[in-house]
Amino acid sequence: MGSYVPSTAKQREEMLKAAGFSSADELYRDVPEDLKFKGELKLPAGKSELEVDRIIRALAAKNKEYLSIFRGAGAYNHYIPAIVGSVVNKEEFVTAYTPYQAEISQGVLQSIFEYQTMICELTGMDVANASVYDGCVAAAEAISMCRSPKKRKVYVSAGIHPDTMKVINTYCGTAGDEIVVLPLKDGKTDFSAVDGEGAVCLYLQQPNFYGVIEDAEEAGKIAHEKGLTYILSMDPFAMCLLPSPAEYGADIAVGEGQPLGMPLSFGGPYLGFMACKEKQMRKLPGRIVGETVDTEGRRAFVLTLQAREQHIRREKASSNICSNEAHCALTASVYLSAMGPEGMKEAARQCYAKAHYLAAELEKAGLKRCYEADFFNEFVTACDDPEALVKKLDEKGILGGLPVEGGILWCATEANTKDEIDTLVKEVCA
Amino acid sequence: MKTLFERSVTGRHCTILPACDVPECTPEITRKSEMRLPELSETDISRHYTELAKQTFGVNDGFYPLGSCTMKYNPKINETAAALPGFKNIHPTQDHVQGCLELLHTAEEYLCEITGMDAMTFQPAAGAHGEMTGLLLIKRYHELKGNTQRNKIIVPDSAHGTNPASSAMCGFTVINIPSAPDGCVDLDKLREACGEDTAGLMLTNPNTLGIFDKNISEITKIVHEAGGLCYYDGANLNAVMGIVRPGDMGFDCIHLNLHKSFSTPHGGGGPGSGPVGCKAFLEPYLPGERIVEKDGEYALDPRGAESIGAVRGFHGNFLVVVKAFTYLLTLGREGVPEVAKNAVLNANYLKHLLETTYDVTNKGICMHEFVITMEEMKKINGVSAMDIAKALQDYGIHPPTMYFPLNVHEALMVEPTETETKETLDEVAKIFLELHAKALEDPEYLHSAPHHSAITRPDEVTAARKPVLRFPFND
Repeated sequence: MGSYVPSTAKQREEMLKAAGFSSADELYRDVPEDLKFKGELKLPAGKSELEVDRIIRALAAKNKEYLSIFRGAGAYNHYIPAIVGSVVNKEEFVTAYTPYQAEISQGVLQSIFEYQTMICELTGMDVANASVYDGCVAAAEAISMCRSPKKRKVYVSAGIHPDTMKVINTYCGTAGDEIVVLPLKDGKTDFSAVDGEGAVCLYLQQPNFYGVIEDAEEAGKIAHEKGLTYILSMDPFAMCLLPSPAEYGADIAVGEGQPLGMPLSFGGPYLGFMACKEKQMRKLPGRIVGETVDTEGRRAFVLTLQAREQHIRREKASSNICSNEAHCALTASVYLSAMGPEGMKEAARQCYAKAHYLAAELEKAGLKRCYEADFFNEFVTACDDPEALVKKLDEKGILGGLPVEGGILWCATEANTKDEIDTLVKEVCA
Repeated sequence: MKTLFERSVTGRHCTILPACDVPECTPEITRKSEMRLPELSETDISRHYTELAKQTFGVNDGFYPLGSCTMKYNPKINETAAALPGFKNIHPTQDHVQGCLELLHTAEEYLCEITGMDAMTFQPAAGAHGEMTGLLLIKRYHELKGNTQRNKIIVPDSAHGTNPASSAMCGFTVINIPSAPDGCVDLDKLREACGEDTAGLMLTNPNTLGIFDKNISEITKIVHEAGGLCYYDGANLNAVMGIVRPGDMGFDCIHLNLHKSFSTPHGGGGPGSGPVGCKAFLEPYLPGERIVEKDGEYALDPRGAESIGAVRGFHGNFLVVVKAFTYLLTLGREGVPEVAKNAVLNANYLKHLLETTYDVTNKGICMHEFVITMEEMKKINGVSAMDIAKALQDYGIHPPTMYFPLNVHEALMVEPTETETKETLDEVAKIFLELHAKALEDPEYLHSAPHHSAITRPDEVTAARKPVLRFPFND
């Protein structure tokens, strides 16, 4: 049995005695006897490290790792440079708490400040927070930023990730918002229902769940004409090739940061990023790091604007968030540093080129795209029996696209080689 | 120290990607603005972050008695487990995930057994996220019973700040009740607060003063009799796991902080994991998908129409659950109470070493943590909780939680955890006592502490008044 308790039995006796206890049971004399758990917990007996290692490896071996992956749908397979793991696995970064004590936390504080800067650079926004739980929650929190006591209507595109839609419904439904879903027309959001009356914001995802590049600039114009806050969710690679959220006219930019150096991890931990224009700075939820000076005038970083937060404002806080995804934010920073501006642009161009090559090759194989509009790194093709096709590919060690209504949602990134794509297409034809 | 942006040199880069092996093409409309991401070599990056790591205080750097945060040692086998390619490279929507599902299912079983709950979801990504989820279960329960007038959540004044904030986020009105003089729930005040509009109570037991509220059965009974439900904030579970179960204390739903009691690292502020457990009658309202087992085969099963929906994408912070599960395998049935007993022993031992010199609010026994008040000292010579906290940094000790709980003035909340040795506690006590003496003879020395950190105290007022929240690039 292991418990990581270092004191020896003898030391425990000494400590108990010194503190005035006659036995360890006495430590719980305040717990009413009838409440105490009797008997043994229904858990297996504790184990040595070697036994634990064997069990865990056996579990991991029950999952299937694919040779090549052509699926995205909210979780993307990108190459992760070796430096990323090496940096983020440093024990100090892994084991530190939230940097409440600035003097001994300058490292983690500076890393968050640098992360905030990079998110601002990617999105074109003025201010970013230190992260939220994931892209879905970032969307819901962004809508919360727009809430007004009199206007409760929120426009949401039907083309957003289905999980994001669910999370928005949970968060906003609870708050009493009225969610108006804007339908898709030929794969793109139809904004004709936006009238602005009693509404606060418009939420759009670029590219949308089906991979289609939306008329995001047009959406911004419509939103602003109607006096709405424009929230745009964007894939971080798409931002490097397509116009940035700021160029599209977004007031708040959010998204899922997983593509920035986080493995697929069966869905988490991931990274929700949030950025906005300066005028909304004080409505941003979560931790924010700012630069200041110490008593000697030296550069210093601190958690700031804390008057928004739960530990100060309690029930009046802008959000309840406390722990966020700081280590994932660090991962994204190291990833972006390793890629650099040129590397990010190149990766984005390759995502686009490879997805277009894949689409062209699949079309030759008889899988036609469902929507005419251009796409970034994902697209839907028609398919008579998506489940059967995906199963066939699975047998060859290929994770095919995600079966969706009307076909299959495919994805290609810089991590897919031409050979992989050609093999995939050959198997589709087989 | 320089930021990445000041280290950047135009044209410098790492060589990560090969040339594109398919025909190049570009979209019709492309990005115009520059991205001023840093341009660095791998050496630059490595040295930069090594320098930042040196200015970061982790659990491995020294004693970390941050009250209510349970900064115990983070076992390395947990990290090895979570880094296995068979977990790390698994797409959240793929088939052939029996290992992931079996792990989640078994972790649910173990944690339900430890807490006395019937079902659990791993979707919440942190403690506060779990609080929101649990409160939504309560809300749904009342809604479906037609009790829409039940819109008030009772929260004691010693509660974590997230409790009232989560309540407000779920559309509840918060009723704060003052603690009794002994720091526990004032039963009369609770009875007064309970009524037709009570949705529930949020409580942590042991509470933030490190006291186990022995009236707990009476407390949950009062709330239940008024028609409300009881929510257990699991932040302090480390003190009592394997000893007494929230389910047996009368709680209907709970959240756990896997990054506290279950040894997963905190990462400088997350990712955590805040699973929510509940009694069977609340199970239909849980978010996400249920994991079902039939003849050794596991499957994800969508929840019904009564579910609150989803609070996060996919299945939560899965790799964090892998770490906590690995820890549970190590502990086993005898290790769980062993952890709790030693956490309480370490706290009582350190309290004993300090209480003759410091003003400790816990007069009797404490649980996993205790609270010191510097109120008297501050009156005498101005040395505050903040001053002691900052001075501790010079001795390689992470300060305790400061100015919390709110119902104690000049509070320092000390939680040593079970993973510290007697030698460390003896040494730490010596330092605390030394600082107390120093505070009496040279208060100025403490006011200006720390003296040996990378920076002295930062100007937080200017930081908030004139916010600089990103590198300015001189524009």
